[in-house]
Amino acid sequence: MITSLPKLLSATVVTLKLLSLSLFFGLFIGLLFAILRLNKNKIINKFAYGYSYVFRGTPLLVQIFIIYFGLGQIEYFRSTFLWVIFKEPYWCAIIAFALNTGAYTSEILRSAFQTIKPGIIEAGKSLGISNKIIFYKIQIPVAIRQSLPAYGNEIILMMKGTSLASTVTLMDLTGVAKYIISTTFKPIEVFIVAGGIYLFMTFIIHNLMKFLEKKFSY
Amino acid sequence: MELLAFGKNGWGDELFIATLMTIAVSITAMLIGFLFALIFTPLKLSKNKFLNLIGNSYTTVIRGVPELLVIYLFFFGGSGAVMFVASMFGYNEYIEINAFITGSFAIGIISGAYSTEVFRGAIQSIDKGQFEASQVLGLKRVVYFFRVIMPQMLRLAIPNLSNVWQITLKDTSLISVTGLVEIMRQSYIAAGSTRDPLFFYSFAAVLYLSLTFLSMKLINRLEIKYSRGF
Repeated sequence: MITSLPKLLSATVVTLKLLSLSLFFGLFIGLLFAILRLNKNKIINKFAYGYSYVFRGTPLLVQIFIIYFGLGQIEYFRSTFLWVIFKEPYWCAIIAFALNTGAYTSEILRSAFQTIKPGIIEAGKSLGISNKIIFYKIQIPVAIRQSLPAYGNEIILMMKGTSLASTVTLMDLTGVAKYIISTTFKPIEVFIVAGGIYLFMTFIIHNLMKFLEKKFSY
Repeated sequence: MELLAFGKNGWGDELFIATLMTIAVSITAMLIGFLFALIFTPLKLSKNKFLNLIGNSYTTVIRGVPELLVIYLFFFGGSGAVMFVASMFGYNEYIEINAFITGSFAIGIISGAYSTEVFRGAIQSIDKGQFEASQVLGLKRVVYFFRVIMPQMLRLAIPNLSNVWQITLKDTSLISVTGLVEIMRQSYIAAGSTRDPLFFYSFAAVLYLSLTFLSMKLINRLEIKYSRGF
């Protein structure tokens, strides 16, 4: 049990890297699609809705497999410069995670934008502030505060989602745990250690979000 | 399209059976989850601190640990645990548990943690006056739970339970790692032997999407039924 700890801890670094990179890209994707969802143009609106529907309605495992195993099959794709990124399982996993969390984030942000009281925007307008500044300085900060609790849950879900990276040969925390289980046949001990590390990360994220909520409350 | 033909040349019939398997596992897991919720919801609502701790640690641990890790625990540890229990009764032969049972049990425990949270929230949001009124009327505990609390709770719980169902349905894709032939595993096999992963995994995505779409339609009807009068 103790001997497996160093291996599992170094695998935790991989998990954390996967998590932070996918959240970073996912946030941008989410914000972009949330703005598209609020667009009055019906085609743009439907496109953004379709994106989030497809990514939320299919398992993450399918999405990773399509990106990792599927895209490499297209001959033309392999000759483009994108192949440098897509041939690495590491980046494939991050792209799949980012697209997935982006879909959920876009829903969270959209509902946050929609629950902003119109009075705040009207107040800005009556003060003669331009639409652009209202959007960047009023709507976005308020929406971010509104969506913090839901986004905290999404971060925890994504952290659990990174365990799927082990299915495309990446040695993250779950991947290493599985390797140790299958070589030592001590499933319960390894589960306790690896599960404990995951729980500890959940605990940290949970408290961090609570702290942020308090800090940004108004 | 010929890849999806039924019969020997295509993968249509295999994928159809695999889809049925996914549905079967999801429903079994959901029911096992309800069973767990039935045990752990009272524990979470209990005033006894020790019982409360048990209830809380179940939901916290399961919701904080990746599904895949739980599945590996059951896959590698399941038959060991059963053999251990069997050996206490004097049975020392090797026992292998069916992948369907291990899989539905693992997913069921995960689904149960989410269901527990849903039921706890629903019961807590019922007006306290309802409990007091039933006590004043002298209703038996069983009667007031099933005839007063339950109908109101279900109305509040169904929208959230439909989320749990979606999570459960998508989680079943993970038990493909144990070798149970459901949609994901069948697509993996088909992709391997035809060297056409893009098509088969995209088709798997379509299958999952239609399953979630259809189940949403069904659940919406249930929601209407249970929110009569509101």
